[in-house]
Amino acid sequence: MSTVHEAAAASPTAGRSEEAHRASSGGPGSGHRAGRRRGDDPRGRRRGGLLGKNPLGLLFSAPYLVFVLAVFAYPLVYAVYIAFHDYFFTAPGAVVARPFVGLDNFVTAFTDPAVIRSFGNVGVFLVINVPLTVVLSMVLATALDRVVHFRGFLRVAFYVPYLTASVAVVAVWLFLFNGDGLVNQVLGPLAPTPSWLINSAWAMPSIALFVTWKQLGFYILLYLAALQNVPKELYEAASSDGAGPIRSFFTVTVPGVRPATVLVLLVSTVTGANLFTEPYLLTGGGGPNGASTSPVLLMYQKGIEQGNPDQAAAIGVVLVILVLVIALLQNRFAGGKDER
Amino acid sequence: MQRRTRFTRRATLGATVLVAALGLTACSGGGGASSDALTAKGPITIWYSNNEQEVSWGKAMVEAWNADHPDEQVKGQEIPAGKSSEEVIGAAITAGNAPCLVYNTAPSAVGQFQKQGGLVDLSSFPDGASYIEERSGDLAKQYQDADGKYYQLPWKSNPVMIFYNKDLFTKAGLDAENPSLSTYDDFLATSKTLVDAGVSKYAIHPAPTSEFFQSQFDFMPLYAAETGGTGLVEDGKATFADTAGEDVATFWRSLYEQGLAGQEQYTGDSFADGEAAMSIVGPWAVSVYKDVNWGAVPVPTKDGTSADETYTFSDAKNVGMYTACENQGTAWDFLKFSTSSDEDRALLETTGQMPIRTDLASTYSDYFDANPSYALFGDQAARTVEVPAGPNTVAELQAFRDAWSNSVIFGKGDVDSSLKDAADKIDELAAQG
Repeated sequence: MSTVHEAAAASPTAGRSEEAHRASSGGPGSGHRAGRRRGDDPRGRRRGGLLGKNPLGLLFSAPYLVFVLAVFAYPLVYAVYIAFHDYFFTAPGAVVARPFVGLDNFVTAFTDPAVIRSFGNVGVFLVINVPLTVVLSMVLATALDRVVHFRGFLRVAFYVPYLTASVAVVAVWLFLFNGDGLVNQVLGPLAPTPSWLINSAWAMPSIALFVTWKQLGFYILLYLAALQNVPKELYEAASSDGAGPIRSFFTVTVPGVRPATVLVLLVSTVTGANLFTEPYLLTGGGGPNGASTSPVLLMYQKGIEQGNPDQAAAIGVVLVILVLVIALLQNRFAGGKDER
Repeated sequence: MQRRTRFTRRATLGATVLVAALGLTACSGGGGASSDALTAKGPITIWYSNNEQEVSWGKAMVEAWNADHPDEQVKGQEIPAGKSSEEVIGAAITAGNAPCLVYNTAPSAVGQFQKQGGLVDLSSFPDGASYIEERSGDLAKQYQDADGKYYQLPWKSNPVMIFYNKDLFTKAGLDAENPSLSTYDDFLATSKTLVDAGVSKYAIHPAPTSEFFQSQFDFMPLYAAETGGTGLVEDGKATFADTAGEDVATFWRSLYEQGLAGQEQYTGDSFADGEAAMSIVGPWAVSVYKDVNWGAVPVPTKDGTSADETYTFSDAKNVGMYTACENQGTAWDFLKFSTSSDEDRALLETTGQMPIRTDLASTYSDYFDANPSYALFGDQAARTVEVPAGPNTVAELQAFRDAWSNSVIFGKGDVDSSLKDAADKIDELAAQG
């Protein structure tokens, strides 16, 4: 039950529709309307039975339900199965034993220091990427919302990196951040040695910056949409109470877009935890010395390249659980008020 | 996006609850490769590599076959695009729709494909082993599995050598016709001269990235040369934690330490761009570096080895026959046709890659006379080593690469113990296989 609530809180649209639903179907304080609604019910209830009040609704939601079951639920359950068995991919005709091995795959995977390190790496990534994403996209969206000239151009400018293929953008960043790259030439003596992407202290932060920059356009878009729903009267009220732009940003804008913030937190955490392309390409396979290896890169190496999908699945299961825990915490602290 | 998050999370919770109940079995299909398939004839599909030269060779070869075999038509396709050919083939094996033959099967992937039940044992054809051994001679041995069976036909190699840019050598005041590159000391001195003279940023720039296969182009060729033909693993034991291995690693570490080799990945082709004055490459490079005034020498050894005794890494690509193939009889006939003396000549002439044949240099002596730039490679092709066999090849190569990256490229810790650690890890992996 609580999951449903969190999920609702996680998305502004779901949250809103739930509120709307509450308002019409009788949340606290709308007693008589609820009564009227109940009066309509009997017919519906009789018709409903096993398939619920609106059997047709099932039909409409079936395509998506099938999609979710086939593309998310089944593979996820299967991944858990793989993680607990001695498993490798085989040709359809091949007969092989796949004994249940308990936690063996987890033990093998997590006694490998590289795996532990990759979780640390992605932790560093999230600590930099997620807050930076939230703050930058909120501030930039607010600014974009106010700006009068070049509005379209600016919005497109922020969105373009998001649309561009990582592979193409990575090449540009390699030029920018290599030893003789533009960044180091601007920094002069302040440039780190060895350079960013081969410096074990800087590789992960560089990737975090890259991903933040690349994804920003998408999150700005989410915030722009959320900003349209903040009533202008609140700003007027704030300003007549003597609040300056900064004060009204913190007291009106920030709380006003909170549902979007929760969504941005969740989505950036989930995509961040699935980090793969950047360590694969930007730092040449998680270099230097595994300083930018991510769990998903290791899953790729172990599961696809090295033929140990069972260990890869074990890493995946742990990753999913960790992300769940983080998401739950984020909801508690950032989305708390929607719960009631 | 948001929906995915929500549903993934809900599904995950559900799944975590289900874990306990999941001692269940997942059904894997029954049945096995039938021996009837070995003799079945009919149309087949093959995949070949997608580079321009190999495509034109493949098309011509398929056409020639099809003209004479109306009932056994062959459909030639470029290998579908993916992160790597091996992934595409691996996925096709699992899905059961692999083609009959893939003319781009990497030896490093063969052990895994075999374990997956994806490859046909070519030795099970009556003339299987004898055909392979007749064509490739002693070189065929390193392509057998642990039981001496052939799950791949050794097809073509790209023995790697040192390419150097003659113009840059001359500019640095070095003898471009007889470069001093045969011993480690010579190589280091020459490299230093090049970089000090400022003719190129680096002397040599093999990819310093962490992909498992990169050691095939820095450590493996030099180790093969230093030891007279030893691979990373022999008889199930890692070989390289010895003096020769340490010498090779120390040599490379000096190159990196002195800034003669680059630690950063280069986005273009460092040799073509003049970023590096040398490169470790196979004969494919001859047609690629048309605009560079290049020369080629064998890889260096500690004390110098004459060219006709120097071993190197093969960088071979082989042909595998896949169990999803229904008409394996035709596939085998076609495989023999496509690796016949005539087709091998066509391959050599079109692609410049070396068919893995005994007496390559003498069989096609007229070609090598007419194309002296390939002659060196043709001669070198007789002395090559291959990646370790078995299902854990990639894991073994990755273990080596990680140690190499740490102690050699980035100079952390000492070379000896890092090689020993990698050897221990590889011994373990080899024992599993």
